[in-house]
Amino acid sequence: MTALLPRRGLAQILALIVILAVDRIVSPQFFDLRLQDGRLFGSLIDVLNRGTPVALLSLGMVLVIATRGIDLSVGAVMAISGAIAASLADTHSLAVVLAAALGAGLICGLWNGFLVAVLGMQPIVATLILMVAGRGIAQLITEGRIVTFSSPDLVWLGNGAVLGVPMPVAIALGMLILTGAVVRGSALGLLIEATGGNARASELAGVGTRAMILAVYVWCGICAALAGVIAAADIMGADANNAGLWLELDAILAVVIGGTSLFGGRFSLVLAVLGALIIQTMNTGILLSGYPPEFNLLVKAVVVMTVLLLQSPKFSGIAGIAARLRRSKA
Amino acid sequence: MKGLPPVLITAIVLVAGFALCAVQFPNIASTRVVGNLLTDNAFLGIVATGMTFVIISGGIDLSVGSVIGFTTVFVALAIERWGVPPLLAFVAILALSAAFGAAMGAVIHVFDLPPFIVTLAGMFLARGASFLLSTESVPITAPVYSTVSDFALRMPGGGRLTAIAIIMLVIVIGGALLLHLTRFGANVYALGGSRATASLMGVAVGKMTVKIYMLSSLLAGIAGIVFSFYTSAGYSLSAVGVELDTIAAVVIGGTLLTGGQGSVIGTFLGVLIQGLIQTYINFDGTLSSWWTKIATGVLLFAFIALQQGLVALARRPAAKRAGAAT
Repeated sequence: MTALLPRRGLAQILALIVILAVDRIVSPQFFDLRLQDGRLFGSLIDVLNRGTPVALLSLGMVLVIATRGIDLSVGAVMAISGAIAASLADTHSLAVVLAAALGAGLICGLWNGFLVAVLGMQPIVATLILMVAGRGIAQLITEGRIVTFSSPDLVWLGNGAVLGVPMPVAIALGMLILTGAVVRGSALGLLIEATGGNARASELAGVGTRAMILAVYVWCGICAALAGVIAAADIMGADANNAGLWLELDAILAVVIGGTSLFGGRFSLVLAVLGALIIQTMNTGILLSGYPPEFNLLVKAVVVMTVLLLQSPKFSGIAGIAARLRRSKA
Repeated sequence: MKGLPPVLITAIVLVAGFALCAVQFPNIASTRVVGNLLTDNAFLGIVATGMTFVIISGGIDLSVGSVIGFTTVFVALAIERWGVPPLLAFVAILALSAAFGAAMGAVIHVFDLPPFIVTLAGMFLARGASFLLSTESVPITAPVYSTVSDFALRMPGGGRLTAIAIIMLVIVIGGALLLHLTRFGANVYALGGSRATASLMGVAVGKMTVKIYMLSSLLAGIAGIVFSFYTSAGYSLSAVGVELDTIAAVVIGGTLLTGGQGSVIGTFLGVLIQGLIQTYINFDGTLSSWWTKIATGVLLFAFIALQQGLVALARRPAAKRAGAAT
């Protein structure tokens, strides 16, 4: 299974280590962990916990981007599923709540996939529709109010723990393993990459590109719905206006930082999740450092640009020429 | 193009929508309401004009909302706190936003990066910079502001054509002339049709890319100034999400997101349709604000599906291309 952790992950791992080191300097107790009431606490756990929604989103997003698509609607899907989960939580069992919320995500994914795969719309526009309308639908479900609930089952999903690991982190880890096993344990991952690399050639070679595209948008919708349920469970309520707001951008960012090209054809699940963790480690570090959180966006912009430039073929071309010149001189 | 051009369809939808609204609420068909419609959507019309150029050239600009936000904060602080004369502040911010757009265009061209992600970084950068300047709303009390806000041309029927509405109309007309009558405009279409072909035809692709994003950011800067006139304040959270409204207006106006086709007039009509939905919901009173979003989404879908159908008809004999590029 070399495909799960390819050699090209070095830059991301180094970046994470550097940011962790900076966090350690900023806040000396950053690496402290303690066990309380059967759950681990500490800044590191906090990073994992808060990074969960974006990590889940990036799991779906990375597959969509691998097919040369993009899904702008994940934030809105989070708001929809959170709204559904919160309004059903106190009157229905956890199984019904989860089925309804994830089912909504599946339908949203089907809709996006239908527009892109069957109608042949450009992914940006196709998912823009649900991004705009989705938040309206979520507000329709909550009737514009912030719906709160107290069902212990659903709250446990956001605040509970298994073997000391917070529940959201355990869920994200489970989803990562599940997704990895499905796409890398079979030829599915390869077929998805083929679809993104050259859809026409793949179709001629016998790949069911439409089915692939439909499947990745559905998976993206389900991941987003799960993220929405966890976000709602975390705050014991659903705020249709703010749940998942702008998280689609963070998810795309995580995927790009993880080295997956927006032009499709290649992807890494682990690195995408690592990208989500890098973003969250940065956020937490800025909070701990006492700088105003307004710096967040600036730092994010600088990091994105750096990663982009490093990945740009032109840039590596220039760097390559420089290296060759140096070698020829030596 | 065979059949109805998309702009005409947009115009028909606007007229039909307006007629429907007027039947239900006769008061809508007055110059007062139309005047307000133009004033309320002045900044959107200006920024959408710039976005039309970007999208026709095959790109996208996600940073415009943040540039508007930054502009309002910068102008407010410059006038109120730093004691800069308003006109000088306007010139400074317009130069700054033009330079910002030019930089984004240069990065997109030189490093061959997707516009989506470069302008996304630009969006974070501009919003972050406006947070750094000030996180609170800064009211603007300069006399210029009250003069401009009070200025209005009387229309028959008691409607007021305000200064910012006039600025918007001038920019829309100017943008339409620039796009449809000049070499620059022709090059924008050429770029959107095919970058490689445009380059072979002798279009300076790099220079054009820089100029197009410069134009978009410059117009976003003007929209920001207009927005500060509209609200008489500068606030770092203003115009969040405007880039989506703008893209929606451009698409509803019949511009193809794949580039190469579209018009400024269509975009203007798209802005008016969005404004009309808002006005209808305000008149109705019982409909909640989220219906605006749902209605916009439905309209977006209808227009894109329609365009898709038109394109499919036009290209029927040609080989079908599976999967669309972003």
